[in-house]
Amino acid sequence: MYRRQDKKIKLLKHLIIWIVIIFALFPLVWTLSAALNPANTLINQKLIPTNANFDNFKYLFNNEQHPFLIWLWNSVKISFITATIAVSMTALAAYPFSRFKFRGRRKGLFVILLIQIFPQMLAMVAIYLLFLNIQEVLPAFGLNTHPAIITIYLGGAIGVNTWLMKGYLDTIPTSLEEAAYIDGASKFQAFYKIILPLARPILAVLFVLQFIATYSEYILASIILNSNEKYTLAVGLHLFISDMYANRWGVFSAAALIGAIPIVLLFMLVQKYIVHGLIGGAVKG
Amino acid sequence: MSFWKNNFLYLAKIIFLSILDALAVWSATILFTEHKYIFLTILIVVTAIINFIYLSKKAYPLRYIFPGTFFMILLVVYPIFYTVYVSFTNYGTGHILSKDQVIEQLENRYYLPGDSQDFSYEAFKLPNEKEYAILLNDKQGNLYLAINQNIEEINAGDPRLRDPDGDGTIDQVKNYKRLSRGDLLKNLSTLQNLEIPFNDNILKMKSLNAFSLYRQQYKYVASEDKILDIKNNVEYFPKKGSFASSEGEKLLPGFRTFLGWENYLTLLTDERVQGPFLRVFLWTFEWAILSVVTTFALGLFMAILLNDESLRFKKIYRVILILPYALPAFISVLIWRGLLNTEVGVVNQILQTLSLDTIPWLQSVFWSRFALIVINLWLGFPYMMLISLGALQSIPNDLYEAAAIDGATGWQRFKNITLPLILVSIGPLLISSFAFNFNNFNVIYLFNEGGPPIVGAQTPAGGTDILISYTYRLSFESGRGADFGLASAVSIIIFMITAVITWFNFKYTGALEEVKENV
Repeated sequence: MYRRQDKKIKLLKHLIIWIVIIFALFPLVWTLSAALNPANTLINQKLIPTNANFDNFKYLFNNEQHPFLIWLWNSVKISFITATIAVSMTALAAYPFSRFKFRGRRKGLFVILLIQIFPQMLAMVAIYLLFLNIQEVLPAFGLNTHPAIITIYLGGAIGVNTWLMKGYLDTIPTSLEEAAYIDGASKFQAFYKIILPLARPILAVLFVLQFIATYSEYILASIILNSNEKYTLAVGLHLFISDMYANRWGVFSAAALIGAIPIVLLFMLVQKYIVHGLIGGAVKG
Repeated sequence: MSFWKNNFLYLAKIIFLSILDALAVWSATILFTEHKYIFLTILIVVTAIINFIYLSKKAYPLRYIFPGTFFMILLVVYPIFYTVYVSFTNYGTGHILSKDQVIEQLENRYYLPGDSQDFSYEAFKLPNEKEYAILLNDKQGNLYLAINQNIEEINAGDPRLRDPDGDGTIDQVKNYKRLSRGDLLKNLSTLQNLEIPFNDNILKMKSLNAFSLYRQQYKYVASEDKILDIKNNVEYFPKKGSFASSEGEKLLPGFRTFLGWENYLTLLTDERVQGPFLRVFLWTFEWAILSVVTTFALGLFMAILLNDESLRFKKIYRVILILPYALPAFISVLIWRGLLNTEVGVVNQILQTLSLDTIPWLQSVFWSRFALIVINLWLGFPYMMLISLGALQSIPNDLYEAAAIDGATGWQRFKNITLPLILVSIGPLLISSFAFNFNNFNVIYLFNEGGPPIVGAQTPAGGTDILISYTYRLSFESGRGADFGLASAVSIIIFMITAVITWFNFKYTGALEEVKENV
């Protein structure tokens, strides 16, 4: 008797989970179907398309008016450069906060904590006007340039990452550096040759998180970038599809899949750190 | 060999600093010649600080901290202060230039007086260059020669006027060659823009046949801070960023000026702005609260279902359920927008095949908001599920065993053990999630650009706009031009709310005390 009821509960659990799974997969399945459907429209879309083929993908790669590959490349390039520099600067910044005794250390950490609370995009007007002014003096760093948007992202990336990095560095025992000093290493050598290799896991996690966050950023990119060949994927894709769902749906779906898959894979690599609460809300959520 | 090895870093540093200083000197000369003194000062100060940090032993820790903080100060701290400043000004379309720039522009405007004197002319041009000489005749026999803005009276026998073929027309002035009628037309656009100063007035081309005396229309009187319209004899005084006459007529363009609290007062008291602003303000809170509650409810529920050792396919379920969170949000939202498209979207098609009414997902305020909550539930529940799973595992099992002995029902166990303990450990994350959704621009804007529009709103405020998307649209989208001042005022309000939420979060978790103890 007890057993049977237990089985019923199990079955109910599976049923509920499957309902939520249908909810979770609903948009993804339709996107996949549309990407393979040569009709390229939302009208009368069927879940399983007749004559499925890769026409939408071909169209995507040969479209000069909407250079999808350039947008994708821009996004990857900007995210990669931002993540690389941000992680390097964060590692540098976190190290003295973790190891050295100096005046203003506590205050410095506290100020960083306070600053990173305010999302950078709140100051979008000021950032736009700043680069409008820079443009007059230094056009290579002005509006509609990749160096400008990378610099902006770097400014926003330091705060929270420094805290996470410092927390990790605190767990590495100082005796390792002391041993290095005895062997004649300078302070910087001890940091570079002893500590950095040990901090590889956190460096990798922060790199991936920063990469994803930069890749998904829309608002600042849309303010700073304003020409077809400079857009990131987020800005380009939005312009490509808004109000054109009736006749670009298939191509858009193909683009969405290609744009999303690398990020999904990267995300799966780091998702276990979210469970630890380590990176609560660092990317989204 | 070992010398080089030991001193490599030191040498690299010296080389790096030398290059940096050389670049700074080069930029400084450019800035100096262009009179950009503010940028010049910043450049000098920053360069000096960098040199100090990397040369002085005292500043050693700063060598590590500097690169990161430099970007943070330039692109987070400075913009925050600049936003505060802009929120007290009228910066925006029609008020982009400074007052001095506007005065300069106005003083360069000329008009043709009714009694103006015409000059017949002949134009001469340097071969292969855009340099002109104009020979003018005021029809009373006086000749004038204008070369490069310099004009002088000459007599007919001036040696610079050459007529080698002796036919009575002058073919050359110095090296300048005479322009035939056809050449004249080719050079017309440049010639039309020539402005030759002449007795406080200006000589400008009036028609193809004549130059005429134009008079400066506006003059700035510094002692009385006013613009004088010489043509119409009207005085204009600066008022709220424009030169305005006593009858209220304004000269364009306006200039940037300090307005005090006016932008904030507009938001709170101007009827056409205040109504929509309050709607946006309230919806922002509703949106953030509903988002947190719905995602947390579903996330926790799924976590409890999955937190069962004996459940089959547990790992596969988990991976599938995380998928929505793993996708870049901007892509998911654009996909949802397609699925919910009113005319051709899949959801409405399904409703039709079930012979139900289609729903105006993007056109009705209620359904738009409803759709946004569902989309955000889809985007956010996996995160809540992940953190709830982590928290559930830390609840000691003997609590449940004790409860079972006391005969507690499943619901009682959830209400009295699970929920309170979970809330303690992930409460701060819920507040962070609230703060995040409060500014969740991507979902709101990419789904419906803040629309549908509110009828009769003077500023671009839509039915689903939250404060941050409202700021964005005020600055960068409005068909009526950008209003950076008002947008910055909204930004500052968001800053304050964020500060309050954070203060609450810190107080709730005691995070500040923890920080103070641990650093």
